[in-house]
Amino acid sequence: MQTGKKFLKTALAITLGVTIISPNTLLAMAAEDAPETITIDSMANLYTSVEFNHEMHTEYASCQECHHHTTGAIVAAPNCARCHHNHDENDIVSCSGCHVANRFSEKYLVTLEKPELFHIDKPGLLGAYHLNCISCHEVTSGPTGCQECHTMTEAGEKRFDTGPFSPKAGKNVSEKH
Amino acid sequence: MKNLFSRRNFLKGGLASTAAVAVLKNKESDASGDFTGYPDGMGVLVDLTRCVGCRSCEAACNKEQSLPEPDKPFNDFSVFDELHHGQKRRPDEKSYTVVNRYDVPEIDHPLFRKIQCNHCQEPACLTSCFVNAYTKTPEGAVIYNVDVCVGCRTCMIACPFYIPAFKYSSAFDPSIMKCIFCYDTRLKEGKPPACVEACPQEALSFAKRTDCIEVGRQRIRQNPGKYVDHIYGEHEVGGTAWMYLSGVSFDKMGFDIHLPKEPILNFVKDFLAIVPMVLTIWPGLFVGFHLLATRKEENKKHTIEQNTDEKEEQV
Ligand code: SF4
Ligand code: SF4
Repeated sequence: MQTGKKFLKTALAITLGVTIISPNTLLAMAAEDAPETITIDSMANLYTSVEFNHEMHTEYASCQECHHHTTGAIVAAPNCARCHHNHDENDIVSCSGCHVANRFSEKYLVTLEKPELFHIDKPGLLGAYHLNCISCHEVTSGPTGCQECHTMTEAGEKRFDTGPFSPKAGKNVSEKH
Repeated sequence: MKNLFSRRNFLKGGLASTAAVAVLKNKESDASGDFTGYPDGMGVLVDLTRCVGCRSCEAACNKEQSLPEPDKPFNDFSVFDELHHGQKRRPDEKSYTVVNRYDVPEIDHPLFRKIQCNHCQEPACLTSCFVNAYTKTPEGAVIYNVDVCVGCRTCMIACPFYIPAFKYSSAFDPSIMKCIFCYDTRLKEGKPPACVEACPQEALSFAKRTDCIEVGRQRIRQNPGKYVDHIYGEHEVGGTAWMYLSGVSFDKMGFDIHLPKEPILNFVKDFLAIVPMVLTIWPGLFVGFHLLATRKEENKKHTIEQNTDEKEEQV
């Protein structure tokens, strides 16, 4: 399907746009333009960074399921669609471009107070990842345990009183819900 | 709960019946009935549909508050199966917050709920404390002063959420132990509590309490069918700074859904009004009680002696 799209695009470039394909397909960013893997490390501290296989994930989810209205594809979430239902491709498509890593900075909290913004309840970067990843992994039987995606660092083990920092009585950790 | 209320009524009723009440209805207690919390107080909106029971909040709290080492690691999920006297875990002197699991039949995955002090707008712990150990700060936290606490534990009985715990390490140096909204280290400077910052699911949102309510309403409105149409804590016991959204009815998540909308304060207002007098009349009262009791006992002795013959006959 993607190749088909690319072919159409090329054909389009040659014939200077006299085609009947929808403007959305025309404007949609091609998945091939995206990087194969992305290292998610902007918040790595208690856990190691995540090597995110972007290419593999395009088999499980459509662009808009993660990128909302930014890649030019028709947006899925009805609430976003109220404004962005036919939105052009954005310059910024990365998660961290919109979801701030420091969601408690004073500057950011002030922007949340502006009622005219529909993005009032937009999660920060930490929430954006976990909310989207885990909810999808639950449906697609992807990994949902903390350490299945990122192993704990020493700082993490200290924080959670686990591994070498386990309390004397509780060495046998049962990490299953 | 029933016990709690009858006990509270006992306190109220018992004290109200002393002659002091009528004289001591002061203005202050009436005014406090109109107080609905500081306008700019902060709050936390807990979205129970988001919580995955990772216990990151528990771990963060333990470190932030320098609490003792836990019995089990914070990534040990066997704690969800623990029962203490038939009850799920509760916050105690070693943990200001705990996460519990709830298995609700109609939902195909387990649900989780974080428990801690809800930082009531009109806290019953505060109003019930006769040495004024508690303070509701303009930022929204309910904090306490261990130096004045006499360890009477009235606040434990008064709290509708069973939150205050006590450190029993020393009988002469009692210490209330409960969540303080990270007041000293964070809230005072406008920062969110450690648990909120640690939550990977953003199940905990930190904002002005009024904005929390806005966001809660918006989530309910924009996700039809996802939430029950109620923000727990918006009105319960006069409102709490920590509020909850849920996808299933709140009683299934262990919430008390029969709490009154008015603050517990109203129940104890009479009691409050006479508190200063209680302090002055107590010694006298107790001497009286003692005299009564001993007299009763003497009477008893007499009657027992008198009854002995009769009883023997009956046997
Ligand atoms: S939840 Fe209990 S301890 Fe916390 S403020 Fe309310 S009455 Fe006080
Ligand atoms: S950190 Fe968040 S998701 Fe994890 S148990 Fe606590 S409230 Fe739930």
